[in-house]
Amino acid sequence: MKLTKAQYDEIAQFLGHVQPTRQSLRKLKEKFPSQSQSTLLSIFSQEYQKQIKRTHAKHHTAEAIETYYQRYLNGVMKNAAAPILLELANEVDFAPSLMARIVLERFLQEKEQAIPSKTLINSMLRDPSQIPDGVLANQVYQCTVNDCCYGPLVDCIKHAIGHEHEVLLREMLLEKNLSFIAEDQLRAKGYDKTPDFILEVPVALAVEGHIIHWIESKASFGDESSHQAYLQDQFWSYWNRFGPGLVIYWYGFIEELDCHRERGILLKDCFPTDIVTLRHSMAQ
Amino acid sequence: GSKCFEQLLLQHPSVAAGGIHRQIGDRSWQISDFSIRISCFSIHLVSLSLLQKDFVPFLLNFLREQTSQILTNGPSTPAKTPNSKAPGSQRTGSERRAGHATSSRVQLFSQRTSASLGSFITATPDALPARRGRRKGGSSVSASGRQVARDLGRSLAEEEDGKNDSASWSGGRRKRSEVPLVSARSPPSQLNLNNLEEFPPMGAASGWTNKPSRRINPTPVSAERPLSKPKMCFTSTPVSQSPAARFSSGSSLEAFTAVQEGNLTSVISNSLQEEREMLKKERYSLRISLDPGTPTKPSYTRSASLPAESHLVTCANPTKVSCKKQLECLAQLYSSCIAENLVPNIFLELFFVLQLLTSKGTSTAEDGDSDLEDNERSEGKQHFRSVHNCVYFAVQVLDYQIISRLEKGMLKLLAENERIASFSPTLHERLRQAYESSTAKVSLLLPCSVQSVSFQPETDNRSNFPSDRAFHIFKKQRDIFYELLREWEDNHEKTGWDFERVLGNKIRAMMAHLSATCNHSHFARLFQKQLIQMCKGPIGGGASWGDTPDQDVLNMLGSDNLSRLKRLQERFVVPQSIRGPCPPPSFPGCQQFFRDFILSAGSYQFNQHLMDSLCLKILELNGLTLVEHEHSDGEADMDEQDEKKRFTVVLLSLRLLAKFLGFLVFLPYRTVEQPTRDLQDSAVALRNQTLPVLDVLKLLRQSIRDQRSILTIPWIVEYLSLVDHIAPFLDYYRKVFCLLLLMVLSEDKEMSFLNKLLILAVLGWLFQVASSFPSFSHQDSVPLVDQQLLYTCCPYLGELRKLLASFVAGNGAKNGGFIRKITPTAAESLAPKTSVTQRKLQVELEQAFFHNQPPSLRRTVEFVAERVGSNCVKHIKATLVAELVQRAEVMLQEKVKEEDANHDKLLEEVCTHLYEEGAQALIKGREFCKKKGPEAVRVLLPEETSAAVLNSAEDIAVELATEKACGWLSANIAALIKREVKATFSRMLKVPGLLLPGEDALESRRDCPPDCQHCAPFPSQIINEIKDVLCVAVGPRDEDEVIDCVWLECLLGRLSQTLRCRKFMCPTSEQQLAKCTVELASLLVSDRVPLSLGIKPPEKSSERLRVKNNPTYGLLKLLLSVWKEDFGTPVPVQLMFSKKNIGYLAEVQQREWDLFLFMLNGLVEHELMRTGEVESCLRSLKELPWPSVSN
Repeated sequence: MKLTKAQYDEIAQFLGHVQPTRQSLRKLKEKFPSQSQSTLLSIFSQEYQKQIKRTHAKHHTAEAIETYYQRYLNGVMKNAAAPILLELANEVDFAPSLMARIVLERFLQEKEQAIPSKTLINSMLRDPSQIPDGVLANQVYQCTVNDCCYGPLVDCIKHAIGHEHEVLLREMLLEKNLSFIAEDQLRAKGYDKTPDFILEVPVALAVEGHIIHWIESKASFGDESSHQAYLQDQFWSYWNRFGPGLVIYWYGFIEELDCHRERGILLKDCFPTDIVTLRHSMAQ
Repeated sequence: GSKCFEQLLLQHPSVAAGGIHRQIGDRSWQISDFSIRISCFSIHLVSLSLLQKDFVPFLLNFLREQTSQILTNGPSTPAKTPNSKAPGSQRTGSERRAGHATSSRVQLFSQRTSASLGSFITATPDALPARRGRRKGGSSVSASGRQVARDLGRSLAEEEDGKNDSASWSGGRRKRSEVPLVSARSPPSQLNLNNLEEFPPMGAASGWTNKPSRRINPTPVSAERPLSKPKMCFTSTPVSQSPAARFSSGSSLEAFTAVQEGNLTSVISNSLQEEREMLKKERYSLRISLDPGTPTKPSYTRSASLPAESHLVTCANPTKVSCKKQLECLAQLYSSCIAENLVPNIFLELFFVLQLLTSKGTSTAEDGDSDLEDNERSEGKQHFRSVHNCVYFAVQVLDYQIISRLEKGMLKLLAENERIASFSPTLHERLRQAYESSTAKVSLLLPCSVQSVSFQPETDNRSNFPSDRAFHIFKKQRDIFYELLREWEDNHEKTGWDFERVLGNKIRAMMAHLSATCNHSHFARLFQKQLIQMCKGPIGGGASWGDTPDQDVLNMLGSDNLSRLKRLQERFVVPQSIRGPCPPPSFPGCQQFFRDFILSAGSYQFNQHLMDSLCLKILELNGLTLVEHEHSDGEADMDEQDEKKRFTVVLLSLRLLAKFLGFLVFLPYRTVEQPTRDLQDSAVALRNQTLPVLDVLKLLRQSIRDQRSILTIPWIVEYLSLVDHIAPFLDYYRKVFCLLLLMVLSEDKEMSFLNKLLILAVLGWLFQVASSFPSFSHQDSVPLVDQQLLYTCCPYLGELRKLLASFVAGNGAKNGGFIRKITPTAAESLAPKTSVTQRKLQVELEQAFFHNQPPSLRRTVEFVAERVGSNCVKHIKATLVAELVQRAEVMLQEKVKEEDANHDKLLEEVCTHLYEEGAQALIKGREFCKKKGPEAVRVLLPEETSAAVLNSAEDIAVELATEKACGWLSANIAALIKREVKATFSRMLKVPGLLLPGEDALESRRDCPPDCQHCAPFPSQIINEIKDVLCVAVGPRDEDEVIDCVWLECLLGRLSQTLRCRKFMCPTSEQQLAKCTVELASLLVSDRVPLSLGIKPPEKSSERLRVKNNPTYGLLKLLLSVWKEDFGTPVPVQLMFSKKNIGYLAEVQQREWDLFLFMLNGLVEHELMRTGEVESCLRSLKELPWPSVSN
């Protein structure tokens, strides 16, 4: 679903300081009933991430970490079953999963008398059972489960969504009899940058009259910042190597961002229906 | 002079913005003007016998001057004749008056020019028979200009021999002048360096346009240059069989004498005024001699002839033409000069004629203005003062020479010209017929939709880089490069955007990165490919109109594209779009980016690699076989068309690459100002020791020998157009220039006119623009050419035409044509070693076989061999090598697991093992070629080919292909295997998943059930929903928040469906689902999930009493079943025994331990855990601290 910049801004503004909980999501859906849930969730997630990026540093000062840790210790001392960490995160406007990470890191540091490795932390966040302290394990798990923007569960869901849309796209290509080289094959051949699909025989879109050499599937909403980042890291790189191509933002995008069509980066929110193929290959 | 430039600047503001390069170009114009002037006085003293060569410049100047009033369409056409920038203040009254009319447009004719045409004309008939008795009854107007040129050359050479070494071209600074003898005697000190107009300060020069404002030569009339005076001595030199001979009637000895006197006087004279008077007298007398009835006055003024509404196109009327006879004579004369290559630049003259044809003029000027008539009478005949006359003349010229040999496309354009139609119905009719019989086809040179260079794994993947780092850095550099390119595209036309300021630092940062990783060669290749990609198009790649004049010729020659002709037409007709026929070398459109990039990068390494890359590509393209066509009935047409297209593409690419190579090669030597003679001498001495980057001389010679100069000369011209001031004086480049001049002077009527025209046009342009190339008209420089060279080359020159004719005209080289070289294939033959003589015999037989076959047969065989050989290697890679690598993978996986082995050693072991099997590649390769070669040959050769010929062709193709493929394989197979195995191995080590036992991977790759519709919920959806359940269970939650038991059951049912359909499942999703469901189970058994019972009918769970009361049992059973039946990955059920999850349990009341026990039983029953495992898990629980136990 394409949104105009104005429509998008309205949603983004509403999201101002919403906490990343299921309760907030529910409110969002009520407020914008006409938008699809996935689109709203995607926008919400992106907006929240922007907010977190802005405030990230402030939560990682030594003082802040110490404060959070002490508050956690005091809290669980009083009532170990209470959602101490989750509430702390909400109180200071920080992602619960990230708050869990801060406290866990601090906890391990004290316990091991050394700075724990990232892999260890990540592994414990993924599986809190590994956390040597039962209470902290519960608190951490509560945080990661409740966080709808960060954390291993969310990451996994995002990954799954991405994969599913790639599969969908692949199905559509097969259905249209368009032969393609998929990302893994490209990687095996040693390509340095690999879109999801390179069309072995390029196609054109009838309405726009654009040629397409590659298709990239994005199971998210295309907002300004993510699109810019994708252009920089991926789309232009594909263009640089393979020529013009198509990006499908399955959850929609801001219309105004589709401004590189002429040069060869076309945006769509669904699989195009007006594909024109080279006649030779049609005949076969 | 500067007024001229200003005017041009006004007309073409776009060129005013100049970079360094342009500035240099401007400066060199002045300099060359200066040198011309030197040469022009020198000439005078050399030898009277040489002076007939002045006739052509004279004629050209005459025409330019005569037409200057009328030509308001487009820039003035320069003529390459001596030029003056004598400041107006030094002029006398009469000079000023005469000069005024012309100063802003075609200005700058020497006094000598205005002296008289008649003097030449009249002088001729007397001199002609005296010198040459050869003239055959005036049969042909265009009899032999070549002869003239040769004679000239010889006599000049003799002159040279007779005098001293100073005439040699290598004699230092003075070499620049046409006839160095005298310039040596007229030292630079005679020049007024303080003359601002001759030597303007740099600031002034920079403001100039890059327009060549090479105007025709006013002879300088200043006291400092006493030798510069009209050269009127044509006593001893006949104009040979010049068409001028026809004008015998007007012969006048008086005129001749007068001229001589004038000359002598001016030599002696130190007084400007005296000289002026002399010239006036001279002119007067000459006019009388030619046209006694019409006393003349200095010309009318510009203001009188150009009314304000000069933009209105006058309707040319044939009935208003005056002095027809003179015009006809002039046309004949002029046509002959063109036909005999006596003009410096044939294209320029063509341009001039078309200018006349399309001239606008004014209506007032010609309709019997009495004042003007008076003026005319008193000052002299202005043959070209009306549009009618100009058009008449142009049509005459077109009718005579040029047009009869022009290409159809051009004729078409001319056929549409209504002036031609009205002035010469016969010419029009001829044009129309040509137009109709033309088989013009629309060119298929479509703009490429892809603007970037495609990534090719063969050259661009990791194996082409020394290290991962280099590979990744280059990945970044590629992207940065395109980013810069896009930025440039978007912004460079905006005002105030400065390449260096905006992109300079980015480019240099990029260069630094490239240097750090030695990636220059990769980048240079990318750069060069992108250059071709963007700029190979006919108009320099950009949207802007920045093509060179020869481009027009090319367009005329190569393609009949109507639209292009239209464009060409527009360029002739629309004043704003005309840049003149001789722009200096430039980098139009996108080329600008590449040039500025090179300049901003300022990287020695990059430049060197880029030169390497350009040289390689140039050699490759230059070596492409131009195929002659079998001149059979109709089908050759198609080939011809294709071939033309291919030729055009190749030629354009070559010219582009060569221009950039020239730019790079001469860049270090580029100076803003002309070096002093001392500096030049030492520079020449120094640089004579170095070798050229690309041996253009050798290539040029080769091209002449192989009769393919039509391809080579145009790009060499581009290359040379960028020479610095010194380069033309180097021994090496001198030879190149001389050889090129020979090409101009050589005359061979058999040569395709168009090919010749192309060569003439590009060379004409080169001699016109080369920044410091001595700007002589080519006749002059003949004596500088090595005699040996002349005679060695000439025999070939005739042969050259045959190839060229066969190429463009498609005549086919019936009697042998040129010899194609077979591209060398395999380095080493794998054929059984036969004796040398036998092999030689075989080769000869093969050659013999091809000799009498149509050339397409050979082409086909070579092509098939090349492709099949290459495909064979690819096939072996994809099959045998891939297979071996796969086996290696298995071996490595086992070995890596069993021991903590040394990886390198392990790799070596495995590879050695595989090498033996790699030897099979040769056998398989041979099989492949043997199978595929004949197939391809059969498909490609005509159906009617005889069986014997077919078999032989097949055999040769197979042999060549095998040689190529197996040669490569035998040399490289081991390295290839090793490389591939190594890459796989490092991938294996990097991705831990690959090291996992294979069974798991296999199992997760299960297929969907047979009748699966793939409509199960997406895994992400299920994970999300389970997550929500976990959220509620873990809390915090609202007081009344519950989970509907039925809904949860349903969710687990959908989970089951999702797991069964494998289509959208990926390992991480499945693992996450497994983990989440175990967590859910843990929460269920510890009664953490607030279930609502809903309206559940009791009988449904009637299995056991407690189950009846608690729906959790049903959910647990469902979970157990899903774990057992639907998951492809192992479910981490042991997580239920983790401290965290047991912690949940520890907090609950007795009843729920039943659920836990139920779960344990279920796990064992469903074979998800063995009893022993459960026991051991339970035992380990005892070791945990049990805070709640103490309660």
